[in-house]
Parts: sequence; structure tokens; C-alpha cells
Amino acid sequence: MIAQKPALRLEGIVKTFPGVRALDGVSFEVMPGEVHALLGENGAGKSTLMKVLGGIYQPDDGTIFIDEAPVTMGSPLDAKAKGVVFIHQELSLADELSVAENIYLGELPTKSFGRVDWDSLHSNSAAILKRLNCKFTPQTIVGDLSIANKQMVEIARALTVDAKAVIFDEPTASLTDAEKVVLFDIISDLSRQGVGIVYISHRMDEIFTISTKISVLRDGEYRGSLATAETNEDEVTQLMIGRSLDLGQKVEHAQTGKVAIEVRNLSCGSLYHDVSFKVRSGEVVGFYGLVGAGRTEIAETLFGLRNPTDGTIHLDGEEVRIHSPVDAIRHGISLVPEDRKGQGLVLGMNCRDNMTLPQVADLTAGPFVSDGAEIAIFDQYRDKLAIKTPSWRQRVGNLSGGNQQKIVIGKWLSMAPKVLIVDEPTRGIDVGSKSEIHNLIRDLAKQGYAVIVISSEMPEVLRVSDRVVAMFHGEIIREFTSEEVTEDNLVQAISGIRSDKVA
Amino acid sequence: MHTERKNKLFKQSAIWGFIVIELVFFSIAGHFLSVSDKAFMDGANMLLLFKQSAPIGIIALGMTIVMINGNIDLSVGATYALCAIVMLDSMTWPIFAGLGDWVIPVAWLLALGTGMVLGLINGLIVWKTGVDAFIVTLGSMLGFRGLVFMYNGEQPTSHLNWTLVDIAEADLFGIETPTIVFVVFTILIWLLMSKTVHGRNAYAIGDNREAAVNAGIRVGPHMVWNFVLIGFLAALSAVVFYSASGSVNPNDGTLYELWVITAVVLGGTKLTGGSGSVISTFGGVIAIQLLRKGLGHIGADTAMVNLVIGLILIAVLFLDKQLNRKGREELKI
Amino acid sequence: MADERLKSLTSMLARHGILVAFILFMIGFTIANQRFLGLDNVLGVIRSSAILGVMALGVTFVVVSGNLDLSVGSMMSFSTIVVLDLHDKLGPSMAIPAMFAMTMALGAFIGFLVGYLKLNSLIVTLGMLSAIHGLTLTYSGGKNMDIVDKSGTWFSVFGQGAIFGIPVPVLMFGLLAVVLTVILAKTPFGRKVYAVGGNGTAATFSGIPRARVVFMTYIISSFCVATAGLIQASRSLGSQNTVGQGLELDVLAAVILGGASLLGGSGTVFKTVIGVLILGFIQNGLLLVGLQFYVQYVVTWVIIILAVWLDIAAKRGRLWSPIA
Repeated sequence: MIAQKPALRLEGIVKTFPGVRALDGVSFEVMPGEVHALLGENGAGKSTLMKVLGGIYQPDDGTIFIDEAPVTMGSPLDAKAKGVVFIHQELSLADELSVAENIYLGELPTKSFGRVDWDSLHSNSAAILKRLNCKFTPQTIVGDLSIANKQMVEIARALTVDAKAVIFDEPTASLTDAEKVVLFDIISDLSRQGVGIVYISHRMDEIFTISTKISVLRDGEYRGSLATAETNEDEVTQLMIGRSLDLGQKVEHAQTGKVAIEVRNLSCGSLYHDVSFKVRSGEVVGFYGLVGAGRTEIAETLFGLRNPTDGTIHLDGEEVRIHSPVDAIRHGISLVPEDRKGQGLVLGMNCRDNMTLPQVADLTAGPFVSDGAEIAIFDQYRDKLAIKTPSWRQRVGNLSGGNQQKIVIGKWLSMAPKVLIVDEPTRGIDVGSKSEIHNLIRDLAKQGYAVIVISSEMPEVLRVSDRVVAMFHGEIIREFTSEEVTEDNLVQAISGIRSDKVA
Repeated sequence: MHTERKNKLFKQSAIWGFIVIELVFFSIAGHFLSVSDKAFMDGANMLLLFKQSAPIGIIALGMTIVMINGNIDLSVGATYALCAIVMLDSMTWPIFAGLGDWVIPVAWLLALGTGMVLGLINGLIVWKTGVDAFIVTLGSMLGFRGLVFMYNGEQPTSHLNWTLVDIAEADLFGIETPTIVFVVFTILIWLLMSKTVHGRNAYAIGDNREAAVNAGIRVGPHMVWNFVLIGFLAALSAVVFYSASGSVNPNDGTLYELWVITAVVLGGTKLTGGSGSVISTFGGVIAIQLLRKGLGHIGADTAMVNLVIGLILIAVLFLDKQLNRKGREELKI
Repeated sequence: MADERLKSLTSMLARHGILVAFILFMIGFTIANQRFLGLDNVLGVIRSSAILGVMALGVTFVVVSGNLDLSVGSMMSFSTIVVLDLHDKLGPSMAIPAMFAMTMALGAFIGFLVGYLKLNSLIVTLGMLSAIHGLTLTYSGGKNMDIVDKSGTWFSVFGQGAIFGIPVPVLMFGLLAVVLTVILAKTPFGRKVYAVGGNGTAATFSGIPRARVVFMTYIISSFCVATAGLIQASRSLGSQNTVGQGLELDVLAAVILGGASLLGGSGTVFKTVIGVLILGFIQNGLLLVGLQFYVQYVVTWVIIILAVWLDIAAKRGRLWSPIA
């Protein structure tokens, strides 16, 4: 066999920001047709590296080679012209424009006087969509597409040039399992056509499904590559965090008390219907399902942010009506929302003010907020949750994801709730903090809280839950005790296969 | 089809429905209440309406571009006044003394050039400093107005040139110059926004700026061009209006920015950018002028006009909000 | 070492640039004209800034909560006209509370639209600017409003009186500034205003009644407007319908100059006072050195943009915007 040249090679890339050495001499190569997974904890430098590659940042030192020829990436468009295409994590589309306009965003074909050449735009786009087996037309307005289809438009964008390397940054974050399969088919297709693929993801299962090689970054440095076929999750994790971590271990389950919250036949329009479940104090109930299965919407209803169209909520055996978060908090229900930055925290405020926000009206001396009372609460929960921050004055926006999540959790613990709902507790949080948060959730149950954990990550659900509720399309498909739940029957349940048929 | 799309179609045609309602209402109400015995939908009356819409309307075209682009321009009123002064005053400059009536096109070009330079200043500041356009143009609204006063103190600037007035008041089949300019530029700007790369990019940038940057669109220069365009259109509006009137007060054009934004929003352009149409803005401008004239026709005074326009603007916003609601199951944020 | 010192100097300059500029400016004008920092002149400046200042205090609450209020100018005309009219009809002691009630009813209406119906504040207050102007014209019948017996009323005390040599408008401005500073900085309500402006969704998810908080900011704003109207009416004892026209943007300029972000979540009442004083002293200083009033427009333009630019530059760590 002829020795192949790498499609893309980075050598000694250095990038510093004021105070941070984000990339410290990273070297890395992708062969044509290879699916190369890039792993690393948050802050390890993955996104900086990709931005250097995509022409958004200029490296301070080091060289990028395409087909072994050194190049500089002056801008995203420049990078694309040279065959390096970026599929963004956050969808980077203009919703009001058509599919075709989005595919050729930034490089619309023109006629005289700067007019758009609609004919060639539409025919070229149609050809690309056909290659991706997309069912929608180039004229469709992007805002009308589902998230998966929007992702397809992003990928279609990559195919407008003769791509040497395509970078996928967490592409499955918002996809259903069926859509994932389609995406993986496309990735395989591209790699068969000789395109080098860089695949960034936090999800081990995906990485082991799709990739042929795995490279790891830690603290801005390249830590080595492994052939996927010859390694396992433990080895990769160890490389990522520099120590071994047993994520599979199940935590000891506590004694459960009486029913703290019961939901009977709760429905909310088309979002979910006829949902009934109980959570006892001292118990963690995991809600597992796909994005859009109605789990978050149930949590929002319990927290007073949605009006149920039918059904009742009972706390300690008594029916309650919850019209607003204020009601929910009064009844002892707390919600750690899934979107930490958008819903959980006021990023511009300091740590203390965020933590005491729901009860600030009660922490007063006369008509004024009492500094002392606030700091006391902050100190207590900083120690209890081991929050790492130089001082309470630190802006929450400057903390790491794990510490931010602890601030949100602390905010609610300090209110002494009965029921704590945690939606996607470790989304976007690095592996080390993940297990800390899992332990914390188990601890809370031990202390007698009734905890509901909503998660799309199966290992997480299996690890923290005493019982697991599987949801599909707004319905509870089946409840599992921790003894009966396995990966297989969970997957079956959330793919819509009825438990009675399975059992 | 998706409800979102239907809503959008509805929104874009809503302004024309509103105009029809106004016409019907004022024709019928005018029948009973009118202070004059002329019918409301009298041909001459309608032509006058278009002509009177022109000054605000031409600026509104530019505001539509800038707002689709995700920015705003509060300095248009001051730009308008300053360009008017430049046009009228430059005709008296000694260096142009030998030109005779050829001074007119020169004065026009100077005024239009002034508008473009003022727009360029706004655009460059927005681009290079990264300060929000609202603040930048709030500042230059004061600054440009200061320049207006510095030019001629608190005195009006006047220059009457009969050839100029003749041109300004010329008509083609009864349609007068301001109307022609307004209509022609509506069409031109519509073509620009819907058919050219520049226009499509304006939507893309207003819709998702980061995406546009990542796609390699040079967002900064693009925005600068749009500010130059609105500066040009504000100047054009001044040229059209002051060619006929021949005299400008230093306070002229005050609050124009607010009227213009009202018209554009009424036409359905989103404040946050990415969506809107020049044709709907045309509708918005006509709707407001129709309201003014209609209320006048049935004997209401300016007080009532202000009150009604303000409340209609809020009502439109309210209806828009209701249309976008998802019913009971909506998240209460 | 030198590099470090330079860096801390620039960051200090960026953070307190507006204050530094203000001080430099004051020194410059004091050198140019000895009278500039004289007590009479200073009191005079604050007195003439009081109306704008009082309004800016209220608008600060609205801006910190993440909204805008463009209606304060025409609302101020409304209060002025109403209180002048009622003065002769009901007598001053009834006219003042009646005017406050009417003005705050308008504020409540705006607060309802923006807070509870969640309509965009820019457009709502733009609409109200026009609507309230129409209301004022309807109320007055388009005529100027004058108090008949100008010398025989104690009503003039709010605009023209002085206590211990300090003009009453200055006292009212100062008192209101202190009270509102304490409310915004020290009370739970103030904290909620910052939370709602910083991240309204997160505030809702923390059990803060966002609608009520926004509503209250407009009540406070309209209270301040009514106070400004009172000072205006009392100062002149007669008024045109358009007395407050255009003030909304001057007010906003003062608030922005004080460093409040239009995105909400930042800004303080004290800084707004600085912003108001800067505008006032610029105008006064320029007049004292013999320049026309309109020169201040141009100076204000430059200062606003420099102030906001430096603020942004400090936050992003580079002077020029990174946009290509």
C-alpha cells in the first residue's frame, strides 16, 4: 500500500490569550477517510484549536498543512476555500432565509449588478440536498425545518466545496436517535469519499461507534492518540483527566421515606399527556428519554412555568395548585434548569447574589438586604458543595461549568426544598466535576430530599437513580426499579417500543 | 403549512388590510362627519397623500435596510436638516457663482454627499468601536444637530431658486416629483434587498450575525454601506422636500427618527433584525399618512392624530404578540 | 513591570474613565474661568439640570431592568400642563396629588404593557410618546397653559424657592437621588431589578415576579417624571404643550453616560447623577467660555461615544471591535 499523506496536519500550534496559554504546541493529523475523534474536558483547548483551524483565530506559532502544503487560514471563508469546513455546535443558520441561501451563505452566486443568480443557486443546492437524501427543497425557509434538518443544512454547506476535512463539533447534541443514525451514515459516506473527519463529542458511546482514531487534549496540550479499535473508555478517560475514574460504579442507595410528590394524570396540550408518578423522600427518580419527550416540560409544570391542561399535583398527600415559580417555591419545589447559563444564572451577578436570589426578600435587616445574612448562606453552601471560587464577589460568568452548576444547586438547597428537580445536571460539564455532581445528588437523597433527575445520558441515569421513568413522545412508557433497569430495556422503551410487548 | 409561515404571510399583508380598513372607514365616516364636501378618496387628495408621505417615506426606506440589518439609526432627522442646509446654502457659495442654474445639480450632489459622509461616520463608529448602533446614533443625533446649529446659529437658512422650485414641483401625468422619487426608490431598494447579494446578506446578518461572520461575510463593511445608504436616503428626502420649500429651520427634522421608526415597525419589520420588507414599509408610511389625513377629514385635530397613531402602534405590537402565542401550554416566561 | 503598571492604569482609566474625564474637564474649565467652580455657579448648574436629572433617576431603574422609556419627555409635558391647569381649578394642594396620580396612571399603563403583556419597551414607549403628546394637546386644547395669579401662589416654591440658600429643585433632586440610590443598591427590590435586567429568564426561574418588577420600574419612572413636571411648572408658572419634547433622548444620554448598559443589569443611580452633572457642567462650562449652547451637542456626542466605547473596550480587553 502506498503511504498516504495526511489530509490535514497541525504542527506545534500555540495560541495564548491574556493570562491563558490556551494551546501549547499542539500537533495533530487527520488522514483522508479517517474519522478522528477529538476529546478533552471543557477548557482543554478543543474549541480554540478548531477556531484556529477554521480561521477564526490566528495561531501565535505553529503551522497548518493541507495535503502537506503549509497554509494560513485568514478567515472562515478562507479556511473553507482551502477545504476545511466547520459544522458548528450551535446551529449557525439564518432562520428567515431559504435553505439554498443558507447553504451558500457568504458566497451566493452572482450575475451582473450584484444580483443573486437564483437558478444556479437552486440547482446547485438541490444537487447537494439530493446527495444527503434530504426531503426538503432548496426554497424551504430554514425556520420551518426541524432541528435535525437544520443540521443537514449545516452539513450541506460543507459540501459546497471540495472538502479535505470536515469538523463536527458536538453534532448530536440536539438529535434524536433516528436522526443520529442518518448523521452517522453521512459521516461514513464522507469518509468513504476520502474526506478526513474531525469529530468532537463528549459522548463516549458515539465516539466508539463512529471514530477510527481518538486524540486527547488536556490543558491545551496534546496528550496522545489511540486507535479506537484497540482502546476502551477507561483508557480514554484516564488520558483525558490524568487519573482513572470509575464512572460505571453504582452509588449506594438510601432508605426511602413517604411519598413527597405525586402527579396524577397530568397533561399539557401536545407536550405530554396522562403522566402519573410518585417520588418518595430520600429517593432519586431518573427521567430518561429523548430530547422533546416531554420531560423538561413536566419539570416546568411542576415549577409553575406551564399550566397543566389536566391532572393534579399532590405534595405530602395534599393536592396543590402551582401557578408560578413563587407558588412552587412556597410548596418546597425547586428546579435546577437544563440551560444553566440561560435559565439558571444571572451571569453578570456575583456568586453570592446568584445564590441568594430566590430568598433575597427574606434576608433583610429592616428594609435593606443584610450583607451578613447573605454571606453566611453563601459560605455555608460554598463549603458544603465544595464550590471553588476566590470569593463571593467573583462574577458567576467567570466560574467553570461545574462550579456554576453547584451555585445553582446551592441556590435551591439553601431554600430547604422538599422536592428537587435537576434537569440535565451535567450537561457541558467536564468528566471530573460530573462524578462530583452525581455524588452530590446521591447525598441529597440520603439527606431526605425527593430528587427528580432528568437526563439524556444513560450512564448518568443508571448511576444516580433508584427508579427510572422512561418517556417517549410525551408519555411515560415504563417505570423501572434499579434492579430491573438495563441499557437494553431503556433503549427499547425510549425508542417507542411498548414495555408490554417487550416484557 | 406551518403556522409560523402563515403568521408571517398574514403579518406582511396585514398592513394592506389596515390601509383598506382606513380607506373604507374614512370614506364612510367622512360621509357623515366631513368638514369638507369632497369625498375622501378623491383622486387629487390621494395624490397629495403620496406627495406628503415622501419625506418620511424616503427615510423609512433606509431605516428598513438598517433595521433588517439589525441596527437602528436615530440620527436621520438631524442628517436630514444638515443636508437641507448644505443644499440651500451651497447655491449661494461664491465659487459656484458662474454656474448659473447648473448650481442646482451641484448643490444636490453636495447634499447627497453630505448625507453619505454622515452615514459613513455612523457606520465606521459602529463597526470599529463595537458600540451599539442605538447609542452611536443617539449620540450623533445630538452631534449632527449641533452641527446644524453651528452652521447658521438659530437662524433659518433660506435660498429661493425658481428653477429649483419648478423642478421640485414638476409633475408627470399629475404625479409630482416627490411621489415619483418615493416610488422609484421604493422599487430600487426593494430590488436591492430581495434580488442582490448585498440585500440577502443584510437579512442574514440581521438574523444571525455570528453565522454571517462564520460564513465569511464581512459584516463590518456591510453595515457601513447600509449606514451610508440611509444617510443618502435622508439626504435625498431633504433634497426632495427643500427644493420646493427653499427654507430650513435648524429644528427641522426633529422627531423624524421616531415617525420613521413608527412607520417601519407598522410595516412589520422586526426591531431585532433579519425580517422585514421595503414594500411593507411603503405600506406603513402610507397608512400613517392616511390616518393623518383621514382624521383631519373627519374633523379631528393633530392631538387626536398623535393619540391614535401611538395607540395603533401599541395595538399592532399586541396583536403580533398574540399571533405568536402557542396557547395554554406555553412556557410562562 | 512597566507593562503591568501601564495595564493597570489603562484598566483603571477604562473603568472609571468617565469620572476621570469629568474631573479633567472640571479642572480645565476652572482654569479657563474662575467662576466655574464657584458655589453660585455649581448650584446654578445643578438647579438647571434638576429636571433632566430627576427624570434620569427614574429612567435608570427602567434601563437597569433591561427596558427603555422614550415616553418620559412627553409625559413630563403632560404633568406640567395638568398641574398648571388644575392649580387654578382645584388649588395647588389638590392639584399636585391629582397630577401625580394621573402621571403615575400613565406609568402604570406602560408598566402593564411592558411588564405583564411583555411588549417591546422601545415600541410601546415610542407609541406612548406620541399618544401622551396627543393626550396633552387634547387636554389643553392646543393652547399654552398659564397660572392666572402668578405672584399670589405658594406653588412657585418647588421651582423657584430656596432653603438655606439651596434652591428647592436641587434639594428635591438630591433627596430623590439618595432615596433611589438606597432603593436600587440596598433593598431586595433593587436586587430584583438587577436580576431581571441581567437575565430575565433566570430571574423567573429563581421565583422573581418579573412582570411586577418591570411594572414597578415604570411606576418609579413616572413618579420621577411627575416630580420633574412639578418643578418645571413651578419654575415657569406657565408652559407650552411641548415643554418636555426631545428630553427623552437627553435623559437616555445621561443614563448611558453614567455607564448603564442598554442591555440591562448594570448601572447605578449615583453614576446616573454623574452623567447628568457631566451634561450640565459641559453646557455651563462651554457657555462660560463664550461658546453657544449648541456646541454642547457636539461635545456630548463625542463624550457619549467615548464613554461607552471605553467601557466596552475594557470588557472585551481590546480597543477595536473584532468584527471583520
